[in-house]
Amino acid sequence: MSAIPDTTAAVATPTRLETLAQAITAALPGKLTAVANHTGELTYEVAANELLAVAQVLREAPELKFEMCMDVCGVDYLFHGHDEWNTETATSSGFSRGVARGAQRAAKVAPGRRFAAVYHLLSISLNQRLRLRVFCADDDAPMVDSVTDIWAGANWFEREAFDLFGILFKGHPDLRRLLTDYGFIGHPFRKDFPLSGHVEVRYDPEKGRVVYQPVTIDPRVLVPKVIRHDNRYDPALTNAPVHTTSIAKSDG
Amino acid sequence: MAEIRNYTMNFGPQHPAAHGVLRLVLELDGEVIQKADPHVGLLHRATEKLAESKPFNQSIGYMDRLDYVSMMCNEHAYVMAIEKLLGLEPPLRAQYIRVMFDEITRILNHLMWLGAHAIDIGAMTVFLYCFREREDLMDCYEAVSGTRMHATYYRPGGVYRDLPETMPQYPYSQWRSKKEVDRLNGRRSGGLLDFIADFTKRFPANVDQYESLLTDNRIWKQRTVNIGVVSPERAMQLGFSGPMLRGSGVEWDLRKKQPYDVYDKLDFDIPVGRNGDCYDRYLVRVEELRQSNRIIEQCVAWLKANPGPVMIDDRKVRPPRREEMKGDMESLIHHFKLMTEGYCVPAGEVYAAVEAPKGELGVYLVSDGANKPYRLKVRPPGFAHLASLDEMVRGHMLADVVAVIGTQDIVFGEIDR
Repeated sequence: MSAIPDTTAAVATPTRLETLAQAITAALPGKLTAVANHTGELTYEVAANELLAVAQVLREAPELKFEMCMDVCGVDYLFHGHDEWNTETATSSGFSRGVARGAQRAAKVAPGRRFAAVYHLLSISLNQRLRLRVFCADDDAPMVDSVTDIWAGANWFEREAFDLFGILFKGHPDLRRLLTDYGFIGHPFRKDFPLSGHVEVRYDPEKGRVVYQPVTIDPRVLVPKVIRHDNRYDPALTNAPVHTTSIAKSDG
Repeated sequence: MAEIRNYTMNFGPQHPAAHGVLRLVLELDGEVIQKADPHVGLLHRATEKLAESKPFNQSIGYMDRLDYVSMMCNEHAYVMAIEKLLGLEPPLRAQYIRVMFDEITRILNHLMWLGAHAIDIGAMTVFLYCFREREDLMDCYEAVSGTRMHATYYRPGGVYRDLPETMPQYPYSQWRSKKEVDRLNGRRSGGLLDFIADFTKRFPANVDQYESLLTDNRIWKQRTVNIGVVSPERAMQLGFSGPMLRGSGVEWDLRKKQPYDVYDKLDFDIPVGRNGDCYDRYLVRVEELRQSNRIIEQCVAWLKANPGPVMIDDRKVRPPRREEMKGDMESLIHHFKLMTEGYCVPAGEVYAAVEAPKGELGVYLVSDGANKPYRLKVRPPGFAHLASLDEMVRGHMLADVVAVIGTQDIVFGEIDR
């Protein structure tokens, strides 16, 4: 048992972030696109076909040394920046429930910008963090390379992202479902998968076993999603464009 | 000649040593594990998807239910993520309260772990002692939040309310002797801070008591020394964190290395193991009990000396006080909007990590400027640990599987989410 002295400086000082950003640009020229952010964290986007090469450099380069992959997760950007409540028309016409049952929003996202895998890297030796985002080119069968050969710890995180979002990780040793039920159909964390799901289970006393049946719950939204622009925040960093998709108010 | 082949055995999901709902499919050669395939997800509640459908504050309660033996630490990561996006800095007193409760939570978690781990591999008594102390800490939770487990106490910008000046008293009843009730109420005669201060005085002797039962116990050592050895390189490669990483000899603790709230103002040490086996991880966690006690002592001293606000005074995030709301139209509107619609969080993404008792608990939050999270991802420490179970038990005996599950400190609330 030994104790370590309290020597470490805070991570988020701008100078350290800038040094890291410069080191990354120097080690990987032209391969990464920086994403502007107001939270003092480094985020980069990388093309799917360059992920493995970039990951290798990030792990090996002496001034980067990201020896740990803390998290891999999928994100579905289908409704990003779409709110559920058109405040302007609601003000003139009176408030409704805001969201009607089965209101399928006509959300459009640019091809190849729907599914992303997000990696959170950590360097223990240099005490720094980094976020990588890879967009999957194909929206119907999203696929990225598996990083399990570089960080073995990514194994289950990739299985989870496959299970919940349907992102296929090429080269993964054991890409099975992880969290959902045996025989589950669909990828439940996709934005077009309803919160209440498609099937429910109950015990059928006549058949003497548990049966699956279509859900009997009506999906409804208790609090509609509202996006409000706030002039206190820097618009260049924090205000994503809002696509107001007016939903069927007459149903409400 | 008979065909010799491996035996496949099912372990759990209903098994007392599976720590919840773990189903393990074990492939055995005699009694030696050839392969372990954990099947998880039996407790999957889609917490992250649920959080996407609710305003930010309404999901704080879900966080308690992730790792349900270290409740407030989960809340801490979540509110920290929101605070980072909103650019809020909670008042100093709130930060001290949070740190104090984080450490209370760490003791709660490690006591639960110690008791369960010991009972799994054959030491019954420790469990009873551990739960005796847990009871007092549960009372702290109850005094501050009204519930013994799922507190929902932290808020973006501070904590829900200040520490109470009085503790609830035990009534005289036929179930407890008068002497026992007087003893319990004697500790509860002051405020919550006095009660915690009294606890921190008693606790080191209690830890000695647990150690006297286990640390030099021959059977305990036979069951834990050289079981589930992980080298430091491999531990990093597998994404370990917390005591699992420190047990392998890596000096890494977010409270020291990337301090949040007031951890940089407090004096404590980080225990590090040497061999990376179950016994070293046990020693690390027991020492963490003592260090957490030290941190709590310092927090109590500071909190007693420094009264002040426990919540930021930003009316766009914090609901107005009841009496203001009754007399002031502006406050009424704010209250109504905050309670129905919630607050909008500027677009962006953030990863906030805390040193939870089990390791790094991270919350990755994507906001598109709405009143709900666009995507919430919880990075549970136990998930990475359980993923490596196969590697850790391969070549060990069947009975060692239980020791390894115990040492990983598995809780399914956070793994399955």
